Amino acid sequence: MSPFNAAGFEALFNPKGVVVAGASSHPGKFGFVALHNILACGYEGAVAATNRDGGEVLGIATAQDIADLDADTYDLVFVCTPASANVDLLRAAAKKGIKAAFLTSAGYGEAGEAGIVAQQELVALAAELGILLAGPNGQGVVSTPAKLCAQIVAPYPPAGKIGIASQSGNFVSSFMNLAVQSGVGVSRAVSAGNAAATGVADYLEYYANDPHTAVALAYLEGVNDGRGLFERLRSIAARKPLVLLKGGATSGGQRAAASHTGSLASDDRVFDGMCRQAGITRAANVEEAFEAAASFATQPLLQGPRTIVITTAGGWGVVTADAITNSELELAVLPDDLKAQIDTKLPPRWSRNNPIDLAGGETRDTIPEVLQLVAEHPDVDAIVYLGLGIQSNQAQLLRNGRFYPDHGIERIVAYHERQDTRFAEAAAEISAATGKPIMTATELGIADPNNAGPAAVRDSGRLCYSTANRAVTALEHMWRDARYRQRRSRVNG
Amino acid sequence: MPTLSEVESKRLLAQHGVPMLDEQIVPTAEAAVAAANEMGYPVVAKLNGDAIAHKTERGLVKLNLRDAASVHAAASELLSAATPDDGEVQVLVAPMLKGNRELIAGMLSDEQFGPTVMLGIGGVLAEAIQDVVFRLVPITEIDAHEMIEELSTQKLLGEFRGEPAVDRESLVAVLLGLSKLAAADPKIVSVDVNPLIVSPLDGRPLAVDALVEVAS
Repeated sequence: MSPFNAAGFEALFNPKGVVVAGASSHPGKFGFVALHNILACGYEGAVAATNRDGGEVLGIATAQDIADLDADTYDLVFVCTPASANVDLLRAAAKKGIKAAFLTSAGYGEAGEAGIVAQQELVALAAELGILLAGPNGQGVVSTPAKLCAQIVAPYPPAGKIGIASQSGNFVSSFMNLAVQSGVGVSRAVSAGNAAATGVADYLEYYANDPHTAVALAYLEGVNDGRGLFERLRSIAARKPLVLLKGGATSGGQRAAASHTGSLASDDRVFDGMCRQAGITRAANVEEAFEAAASFATQPLLQGPRTIVITTAGGWGVVTADAITNSELELAVLPDDLKAQIDTKLPPRWSRNNPIDLAGGETRDTIPEVLQLVAEHPDVDAIVYLGLGIQSNQAQLLRNGRFYPDHGIERIVAYHERQDTRFAEAAAEISAATGKPIMTATELGIADPNNAGPAAVRDSGRLCYSTANRAVTALEHMWRDARYRQRRSRVNG
Repeated sequence: MPTLSEVESKRLLAQHGVPMLDEQIVPTAEAAVAAANEMGYPVVAKLNGDAIAHKTERGLVKLNLRDAASVHAAASELLSAATPDDGEVQVLVAPMLKGNRELIAGMLSDEQFGPTVMLGIGGVLAEAIQDVVFRLVPITEIDAHEMIEELSTQKLLGEFRGEPAVDRESLVAVLLGLSKLAAADPKIVSVDVNPLIVSPLDGRPLAVDALVEVAS
């Protein structure tokens, strides 16, 4: 492990200027796409491009050599040139004051003996020049505080607080696609590629101290220095929640990982124990990983396991109670004083138990009022809220039917949509005010993203969980993280 | 890789706080009877020696000996079964501990993560159940408690078939002992405490057999 190159990471994630080396006029080539993405996604720093033959690409007059560019104007070079050109390129870049290089170039460690030698030379050269070397064979880097989309793939995600680092570039894309879909955004994202000099843990180390990042989300496959990785991840997780997805959990996956990254895999149970010991919360699949990270990024941090379900329909509540009971969370016993308070808001047929089933007894203000009562109770740590958007779903059918807007339909449609919007907003506001997670779950977020309920959840900056089980799983990740901290802080005073 | 004898393995573990079943090492069948009389019946007799690892496979474990005559017969048989390769041998006599619950604990060196402490559900179904958790050496008391908490078969750790709940503090001591042992001597490549029987009297886990493997 090389010493932490702070200036290099600053140049990678907050560059004052970027050079695309190997810019191409062919829109199918990486050298074109990279320049396009930087220019099209709003980057405000200086942008230059080089091309062996010169000429114009996307309105930019390319230089034939980095040596021809102004010095101290650019600190990041995004490299799309063939491996054979990169030694001279890095030397020229260093002379111009460039501090970080992201290499998309293939033909290194993944490409046999000669590639391995070339990669070792590259690492030594970058160290000698003091340049942070990212990649090679990586897809790129995204940094929303800098409006930087320096990558050879889509998408450019909305801004947010999730910091992503991955051993596999396509997982960066997957996580960012989920960010686009859910509206829960990303601070930084990077694909480590061959991780020749800079690995996933190095990027996470940057995120741990990055004020724009609230939670780190990582994908790992193989491990080369397990003990060193453990120590580093533990130190990172001590500063910020760290959600990890690991490929190669089964022997079949391990064989695939060995051929993908050339790294050896441990017994998965040892890896799992390592995660628990380091305070990492490990997810089983890509959607679970993203949703856990999105919860840390947008909900208040959980303080305890006692969870209450609030539902407008019984069946959902039962299944959610099962999910909580099967998790490390606790299905809270509904306190008597809270029961009495809710009695004043609902007709007697409500469940009088957890799940709180409103049983259709709610009137105009019941849902925000009950959410508030429950969230404010000292014996409650979190709420899962079900049933948002049902009325707006009917409203959509009314709006699209042939009787609209007559027969009073227009008015009721507006009312339902106003109500669901209010409920979503109330859930976010009450959660923020009480410092307790309120997770809103409905499949309507997928079935109809324009439904007023889920749309308002998204507008509040939060994730609308597509099922109650997924909300419970995300909450369980939050509890593992919180419990780890609570137990250790008690010991450490 | 060489292994320490059962006695030596247990002595090492006991030094690091792993609770052991009381046992005696004796040179003759007569002494075995005396030891059994002292600890009460039934007892177990095993052949002990530095070079003996696979006792069960060789029939060198005699279980459930209920009186002096059977102890004498068993001990004589064990001593005469020793081969020159076994080196110096003795007879190990221990109370026959019968509990419904068996755990396994140990220390293993992982290729990527180095020394680890392991805890699992033992017994004849252990391999099918595969309920086992790991931590990297060294572990803290909190880590040890969390290992116990992470076993899936929690019902086995509570009150069970008229036996008290597993004494978690004692089990924590076993895990911490394994961690300290591994940390103290990097030449130890594995430790297998199997079975670790949960005492039906007080719920304490007691190591009935142990094997320490050291780097050659």
